Order: sequence, then C-alpha cells, then structure tokens
Amino acid sequence: MKTLFKQTALAAMIGLSTPALASVAYVSNEKDNTLSVIDTETQEVIETISVGQRPRGILLSKDFTKLYICASDDDTVQVLDLATRKIVDTLPSGEDPEQFALHPNNKHLYIANEDDAIVTVVDVDTKDVLAQIDVGIEPEGMAVSPDGKWAVNTSETTSMLHWINTETFEIEKNIVVGQRPRHVEFSKDSKIAWASAEIGGTVHIIDVDNLEQIHEMSFKVPGVNQDRVQPVGIELTSNGKYAFVALGPSNHVAVVDAQTYEVLDYLLVGARVWQLDLDKDEKHLYTTNGVSGDVSVIDVEDLKVIKSIKVGRYPWGVVIDPTS
Amino acid sequence: MSFLSRTAATSLVTLALTSPIKAESLDVQIGYLQWVPDQGPVLSNVIPEPEDAGLRGAELAINDNSTTGKFLGQAYSLRSEVADSEEAAIAAFDAMRESGIELFVVNAPAQTLKTITGKSGDNTLVFNAGAKDDALRTGQCHVNLLHTIPSYSMLTDALGQWLNKRRWDEVFLITGPTEADKGWADAFRRSAKRFGLEIVEDKPWTFDADLRRTASKELPLFTQASDYDAVVVADVRGDFGEYVPFNTWLPRPVVGTQGMSPVTWHRVVESWGAAQLQNRFRELAGRDMNGEDYAAWAAIRSMGTAVTDLNSAHPTDIRNFLFSDKFQLAAFKGRKLTFRDWNGQLRQPIPLVHPRGLVARAPFEGFLHPNTEMDTLGFDRPESECRING
Repeated sequence: MKTLFKQTALAAMIGLSTPALASVAYVSNEKDNTLSVIDTETQEVIETISVGQRPRGILLSKDFTKLYICASDDDTVQVLDLATRKIVDTLPSGEDPEQFALHPNNKHLYIANEDDAIVTVVDVDTKDVLAQIDVGIEPEGMAVSPDGKWAVNTSETTSMLHWINTETFEIEKNIVVGQRPRHVEFSKDSKIAWASAEIGGTVHIIDVDNLEQIHEMSFKVPGVNQDRVQPVGIELTSNGKYAFVALGPSNHVAVVDAQTYEVLDYLLVGARVWQLDLDKDEKHLYTTNGVSGDVSVIDVEDLKVIKSIKVGRYPWGVVIDPTS
Repeated sequence: MSFLSRTAATSLVTLALTSPIKAESLDVQIGYLQWVPDQGPVLSNVIPEPEDAGLRGAELAINDNSTTGKFLGQAYSLRSEVADSEEAAIAAFDAMRESGIELFVVNAPAQTLKTITGKSGDNTLVFNAGAKDDALRTGQCHVNLLHTIPSYSMLTDALGQWLNKRRWDEVFLITGPTEADKGWADAFRRSAKRFGLEIVEDKPWTFDADLRRTASKELPLFTQASDYDAVVVADVRGDFGEYVPFNTWLPRPVVGTQGMSPVTWHRVVESWGAAQLQNRFRELAGRDMNGEDYAAWAAIRSMGTAVTDLNSAHPTDIRNFLFSDKFQLAAFKGRKLTFRDWNGQLRQPIPLVHPRGLVARAPFEGFLHPNTEMDTLGFDRPESECRING
C-alpha cells in the first residue's frame, strides 16, 4: 500500500498520466460493450474502453500484462494490452464464451462455451485449440486450481462440476451439486474448492484430494424471500479467513468464515450482485451489481460497504490488477 | 437436504470416468401426446401458430436430460404422437401404456386430459402441458396429474397485479365467443375483484365482419364508453383481438390475450440465462419457443431433475421427489420453481410481453404472501378444493 501511495503521489507530482501507474479495477459491462476502468485510490471511473459484444468473463494474464475478455456475442476472446489499454489481439474461443480460466502456466486458457456444451482449451501463444471437451448443458463457471492440476467446469442445466485433468484434457470425475452451478473458487493451497449453485441457493465445499463434497452451505438473508437468495461469485481472502459470496438478486454479499463455513454477516450492496474481487492488499472488495449498474466497495476489515461507483449497463465481471 | 444425505447422493452419482460416456444402466421412456382441436377459421390468420407447439419443447428437454444422463448412465427417449382426434390421442395413450411407458406429457384439452388420467392407474404420472382451465386446479384434480402450463387465473392475476400497480383500474372487457374465451374472461373477472379493478364495460364480441377491411370503422364504435384506462381482450385463439389495438374509441392501451399479454413463455424473455434456452430451441426447431413448448420442456426437465437425484424412473418415486423439499426446477424464470402440493400446479413467474418486448414480470413487489409471492398468482390453497397430497 505504501509503495502504491508513493507511486501515485509521484505520478501526480510530476504530472504523469501513464495508465500503468494507477491502481485499477476493470469491470465488464455486459449491455454496454465496454470496460470501466476504476482508480482504486480515488474509487472513481477514470476510463471507459469499447470492447466486443456482450463482454462477461474477464481475467488477467499471470504476468499482469494482458486482460482477456470473453466477448460472448462476438464468439471470441479479446486481448487487452494493459500498458496501452488497447485491444491488441483476439483468440479463437468456440461459440458464446462466458467464463474462462487461465492455467498457472500462463498458456492454457479454458473457456466454457455456453451454447455448445463444450469446454475449449486454447494455447494463448500459438492460438491453437488444444482440446474441446464435452460437458453438460450450459457450461458456465471455469476454474483452474492454483497448483495447475485440475480445471473445473460447472454446467448449469446439468448441475454438475466436471473435473478435467489438465494433462490429458479428459474428465475424471463429475460431481452433482445444487441447481444451476455458476462459479468455482479454489483455496490458495488448491485443497478446497468452493462451488456456488444459483437456483439451489447453496455453496458446496469440495475436498480436492478426494474429490468429495465435505460440506454444503445455504444462506438466509433477513427480510429477503428465500428464492431470491442466489449465490453466484465467490472470493476468498488469501489468509484463509473469509469467503465472500455474492447472492445475486437478494442484493447482499455473505461473509463466511472460511474455516468453519459459518455465515458471519450479510452486507447490502447494489441490485443483482454478480462477481467480486479483492484489491491487492485485500483491504477492499469490489462487487459488480448488474441491475443497479454499479460497483460496491466493501471495507474488508470493518465488513462495511463504503462506496458505490456508477459504471456501465449490467456490469458483470471485475478484476483488480495487483501490480498497478 | 441434510448434509449427510446429500453426500450419500453425491457419492452415488459421482463416477470416475475416462470418458463422459458410460454404458446406460437406466432407461427413461417418456410419452408425449398432443391433440389440439382445430380452432376454426380466424380473422387474424396472418401469422399462423406452429403446429408442433409443445412437441419441440419436449424434444429439447429430452436432449437436455440426455446430456446430463450421459454422465450418470441414464438414457432418455421420447415416444410422441400428434393426434388428429380425441379418439386417436386416447388410443395412442393406451398403446404407449401397453408398451410400458409410465411417464406422460399431455398437450390436449381438459376433457381429453381427464379421460387419460381416468384410465391411467397408479403407476403413471401425467403432466398437463396444454390445458389452462382453472377447474383442473380447483376441483377436478387427479392425484397423478401435475400441471406445468399456468392456469388462466395465473395469467390474469399477473395482468391484474400489473394493472393495479399502474393504477389503470377501470377497464373495458371484450370477450370472444369460445369456451376458452369465457374461461379466460371468468378468470379475469376474478382477478379484477382480487386486485381492485373495475370492469366499466363487459361486452361480448358478436361481430362476424372481416375486420381486416373494417376494423378501423367497427372497433371505435364498439369500444365507446365515457372513460376507461385500458381495454382488456379475451380472445384466446386470436380471432379478432389483433385488430383492437389502435382502433379503440379512446386512446388507451390494449391488454389481455392481445396487445400486452401475460404468457407462459415468449421469445423476448432473455434474462436469467433464458437467452441460452431460446438459442438451443431455435437451433432445434427453427422457430421461437412458445408457452406450450415451455410447458412440455418444464415437465420433462422436472422428471429429469428427479431422475438425476434418484437414479430411478419409477413414477411414484418421481412424484414423491417432485413434492419434496429437495425438488427445485431451474427454468430460466429467475426463481426456483416448485409444485403446489394441493393441486400439482408448477408455481412460476409470468412474463407480460408485447410482440417485440418484455414489459414486466409478475408477481410484483408489494403483493404479499405468507409462503411465496408466486402463490399470489392463481388459486391459492384455501381457494382450491384439491388436496392431492392429503
């Protein structure tokens, strides 16, 4: 944080406007075909970048030089150069890419093709399609374990987690979870996977060594009809203390004790909260709120919502560049 | 579901596979019967209704179920019959029953449906994906009959809530001559009472002129009244209703079976992942998905959801599961859908649409219900005599 302050202060002092120096969050706006760039110091939108049609999933390359964007209605993955904030390339993605995940090798991109019931694996350097793997109906969530061993895909209508061996590109196990699984998040040590089920209203905790479910969580937001409690995005703090679960149209984020799986609190954010990301020092959590068209900022230490930032229409994904 | 039983279920159905395809161990056969009586000649026949409405939804659901099934060793197949008479529909039911099919989706008038359920016996489960008659939900229930198509009153309650919310509470009602029109209009009159609407004029449609030439002359006169906020049309088969909008005496919106309509499903529904369902359907059928398609799809997906969990296709097991806490259908309407335990009706939000856009989705905030807001649509438990689960 201190270096960050110094950098920003320095930049301000000598009047630099190099984008790479500002600490930024990128937000994909599904119905505006844009990315909003938020300065995490001032918590204001500093730039809006035009991208392909219906941008949803976004992620950073492992060296933090590029941002990959699923342009769902263009059937492509776009590559944004972070230094210039320009689209510099596109990757073959298969039809209707929604979410994706990058292997720690920084090469293999796993893309869920929602309309085709397949997962496409693309080499981002050579642009070769390495594999297309048959999964269930409406593949949605994608995650690769930090140790690189597993790629997990969730199929919404089939209600399964498909565990793909990243060496053979074959499915080794299918785990049935609650209805409409949306998102998978691994613990930093790759030992635990968290999977949300939107219609089931549940989060499933999977022991990765045994590929068995060890716990199932549900949520009760006071004053909110139970069928509006729809878990989607999940974010874990790296110290293993908290899990944050975006609860969709209930407009709340659940704060979960990541060790006991107990819900500690529900925080009111914008309407239809979708995805979330922590900033570099994990002091602030950013959430995209699709219906209200804004991003909420949560103070992680106080567990309080401190700000909402207006972005484009239907913000979907958010990632924060930790190097900036 | 408790943690323990979920774990047991999970370990039962998780398989270590090198390929997702496994030799099938469970065969799930579903019968689809369709008999839609000829609607007679209609004036507004410019855009015809698809003749395979319902059937293609059933086919899509079989595909959806099969994709899940291939990971679990469950195979689904559909036997379908689009009959040209009631006798043919019933004969097809008998033949399918004979061949061992126990799970059915029926898209047919209430009378045909009642004959079929009357013959069905214990080991059968029938889903109504066509008949919207309220009587099937309020008195003439059958223990093995479930409904995935909404009733007329669910549709008109959605409209009634919306009119109330807009404070357009004085309406001019026009009712066509068919039994279906009367069923729809009766349901609307009940909705009007529930949601504080006043029917300032309640006129039957008696004209037999060809409105394509004379709508602009006939309808302004027909809709003369001192004032109203909206015109409500009950014209289920689409005879004259398409000519009402823009031809009313007063400059007022037209709602009901035409104009802005409460529907089961429509191509303009795209939220909550519905765009994917719409795309899949269009790819399969080469046309847009409608309400009958959706009802047939929801019926077969309900069965598929049960089979996934149970690894059994026994009708009694499926029925018990569908009425248990474990069942919830993810059906692209933004809520998890469940069955009403008193009459077997699938609870569901109702979209209000015009031909090219979504206007709103009922139930609306502010219409409260102690159990679920979705039960503000249609006959609630105390209003129905049915108790199919005791």
